[in-house]
Amino acid sequence: MSELLGRDGALALAEDALGNSAADQTEVVLQRGREMVTRFTSNFIHQNTAESTAKVSVRAAEGKRVGWAEVTSTRKEEVRQTAARALGIARAQSENPHFISLPAPAPLPDVRSFYDSTAGLGPESRAELVRAVVEEARQRHCAAAGALTVVVDELAVANSQGVRAYCCGTRAQLTVVASESSQGLSGYELASGFSQWTGPDIGHLDARAVAARACDKCLLGRQPVGLDPGEYAVVLEPEAVGELVAMLGWLAFSARAVQEGRSFLSEKLGHKVVDERISIWDDGTDERGIPMAFDFEGVGKRRVDLIEQGVGVGYVHDSYTAGKEGRGSTGHAGPPPSEWGPMPLNMFVAEGDQSLDEMVASTDRGVLVTRFHYVNPVKPKETVLTGMTRDGTFLIENGKVTKGIRNMRFTDSVLEMLSRVEAVGNRSELVSAWICRAPALKLRAMRFTSTV
Amino acid sequence: MAEIRAEMSMARAAVEAARRAGADYADARATHKRSQLFRVRNGQTESVQDKVDMGLGVRVLLRGAWGFAARAVNSEGEVESVALEAVQVARASAMVPSPDAGPSGSLLGMEQAARGAWRSKFQVDPFEMADGKKIEPLLEADEAMRRVNKVKVAVGTVNFMRERKFFASSEGSEIEQERIESGAGVEAVALANGEMQTRSYPNNFGQHLVGGYEVIAGMNLSAGAERAAKEAVELLYAPPCPSTETAVILSSSQMVLQIHESCGHPTELDRVFGTEASYAGTSFLTPDKLGSFRYGSRLVNLVADATAEGGVGSFGYDDEGVPAQREYLVKEGIFTGYLMSRETALRLGRKSNGCMRAESWNRLPIIRMTNISLEPGDCTLEEMIADTKQGIYMDTNRSWSIDDVRLNFQFGCELAREIENGKLGRVLKNPTYHGVTPEFWNSCDAVGNASEWRLWGLLSCGKGEPVQSAHVGHGSAPARFRNVRVGIVS
Repeated sequence: MSELLGRDGALALAEDALGNSAADQTEVVLQRGREMVTRFTSNFIHQNTAESTAKVSVRAAEGKRVGWAEVTSTRKEEVRQTAARALGIARAQSENPHFISLPAPAPLPDVRSFYDSTAGLGPESRAELVRAVVEEARQRHCAAAGALTVVVDELAVANSQGVRAYCCGTRAQLTVVASESSQGLSGYELASGFSQWTGPDIGHLDARAVAARACDKCLLGRQPVGLDPGEYAVVLEPEAVGELVAMLGWLAFSARAVQEGRSFLSEKLGHKVVDERISIWDDGTDERGIPMAFDFEGVGKRRVDLIEQGVGVGYVHDSYTAGKEGRGSTGHAGPPPSEWGPMPLNMFVAEGDQSLDEMVASTDRGVLVTRFHYVNPVKPKETVLTGMTRDGTFLIENGKVTKGIRNMRFTDSVLEMLSRVEAVGNRSELVSAWICRAPALKLRAMRFTSTV
Repeated sequence: MAEIRAEMSMARAAVEAARRAGADYADARATHKRSQLFRVRNGQTESVQDKVDMGLGVRVLLRGAWGFAARAVNSEGEVESVALEAVQVARASAMVPSPDAGPSGSLLGMEQAARGAWRSKFQVDPFEMADGKKIEPLLEADEAMRRVNKVKVAVGTVNFMRERKFFASSEGSEIEQERIESGAGVEAVALANGEMQTRSYPNNFGQHLVGGYEVIAGMNLSAGAERAAKEAVELLYAPPCPSTETAVILSSSQMVLQIHESCGHPTELDRVFGTEASYAGTSFLTPDKLGSFRYGSRLVNLVADATAEGGVGSFGYDDEGVPAQREYLVKEGIFTGYLMSRETALRLGRKSNGCMRAESWNRLPIIRMTNISLEPGDCTLEEMIADTKQGIYMDTNRSWSIDDVRLNFQFGCELAREIENGKLGRVLKNPTYHGVTPEFWNSCDAVGNASEWRLWGLLSCGKGEPVQSAHVGHGSAPARFRNVRVGIVS
């Protein structure tokens, strides 16, 4: 894919498939994009990839029987064949009584999601940005590892009910892990530090500053000491908070999970579930995230409040789950096929009134966490997660960050952690998980259950 | 066959174009993949998917710097365009070079050319069957689960994949491969009084093997589903797993995750050399430990085998054209081997053992597991339990987490049972255990025999940026470990 198809080109392809489909209802989703990833380790580029993909997904319904087919081609004949295959699959199925209809057209929000600065970044320019990172790391006697990711994509959704939706978008991310080993090796004895930048407009990326932050953490954390497992006051940087909230979104805020009883909201909708200083919502139209005007069914995005001042108030729908409740979709259908059901992909956590420095200064003894690693659910309905700290974990003593500590494992409930909030940061960041913008948080306690 | 010949031509043409543009080394993979997935949920055929995925990926080495480009191609012009882009990307990589950058021969070692073909075995081609027949066992299993009171969610999937791959390299390799994989799995979720318990069959990620529909037919999904549903309900009312230090016997199905996370990943040599340092992490198995580090007890023999019959980690040649091989990673408890590529093996003075694999045409090959298995021991599960005075038996993985150097791990299982005086006792819910990799494996004092050994397939091993999923196999019998810390969460 060297150029965008554009609205006319993308919808023309979809119209052709719709026009040739014999199904009662047909939906065509075109996803076309370029993803360029430049990876580096030990201060050199070791992997550099440029991938162009295009896929067309067709959902065909005959009455209440639904089939789905996909092809990684935009050739008209192959797309038509894919539509026919979807119909063949539908005709061979039993009826699904919960399938009501593909969505009807409705006005879509106007959202800016495409930036020429990002789309026009060629391989040489990407290498220049990495070179800036590496030079910064070398100056500080650190070894830099990380990845610069640039994505340019377009999404078109059209259906036989009249939906015609098109958007194009860009997103970029730089992650840097600075370590003190020239081999790029890390371990419990070695210090490392992480920093990142994520956004749709790479014009806002200061690669040297990202590298400098990672190096600062690495150098501060040299000769890490051990800390016994136990409960500690913690200051979680935005990256760490975003990881927990993103996992909460996956576990709990989908209508499918709520309807099936698998989410805490199944019993606690309308109840206070966390501290009143915590509000979380999803809003694909907010340009402080990675904005999307509509979902993968062509339904316009809008803000959905999930937790409002500590109370669990909402969850997200696609047309299928909404139909089960006699409601309208909230615009959260995922990329087809939607195995997990509707998902919040643009989450925001409300900012508070304290800086990170103020949170640290107010902590007598605690742990400062930069990010987590390999976080997974242990008890999904109770939101109990486990994971490790990583790349910048520090001891706070008498209001100051004093030394690095060896990575520790936490096992704790997100809802309980968010009920132990003592302060909320006054500045949020779009985190490396792409789907969450979060501030720092100070928790009165977090359970660390093991280390090495 | 005409389709395959066209792909052969594309791969050759891409390699030639890359060389003309200045690449020192080039290889190309053209693949055509068809996959089908059927999902039944609470009595409804929720999803029937049929996907066709095809394209060309070109990898080049230029002045010691790598470049990769990939796209779906329909013409000679597009083939050349992908190759040129790969060279352009490599030139950009050379702007931030490795201190070891040099001619491709010095990075990859001696020229290796392989010409051949490999096709996986199957009895019943699932793509020749009617959809209705394929989904029958799933519908029966779904019904069996929903008959059990308090089971609120019953989900099952059946999936098939056929991949045709053609590889060509500037060293003269030309390889055709074709494989069919089949798999299925069911899950019952029981809910009562605000609590949720899940039980799966045959494993929480299903079971997947290289083979045709005979793989599904041999699973007895319906009987397994009914048992899973009953156990999910039983778990709702079971006491929680206590927090203690005790002997733990892990089922064959849980051993999959134990082996995968604490052996498979840390033996990936690219990880050791820092290629995943910013994402998945590195490894505690540094090269100075090779040949001498006591990874586990003398009962622990872990092997990487890309030739294992039926394994989803099996193939004829890897994605660098290196033939599939079998090699020990741990022999009688001593760490002896890595999963390697041509480039990483050379750094140790060794030759590649064929572990470079890409998810599909659009991803760069990186070192992946093949089939990583614990060789069988000498006792039955029954004998192992009878020989255990006090302990806990844990079955089927439910949660997993390990640190970025593969030392500190924590796993949770769906179900556990007490062992008292050599007998299985009460069912326990929410069992978890944690440990440190070499301490844990050194506490292994019993491994089940060949009759207890089973080869499992996992389709969702994630690694790399952009992330890619690998299909990997793990074979194991149940095994016992002493003095394990269990029960983090009550």
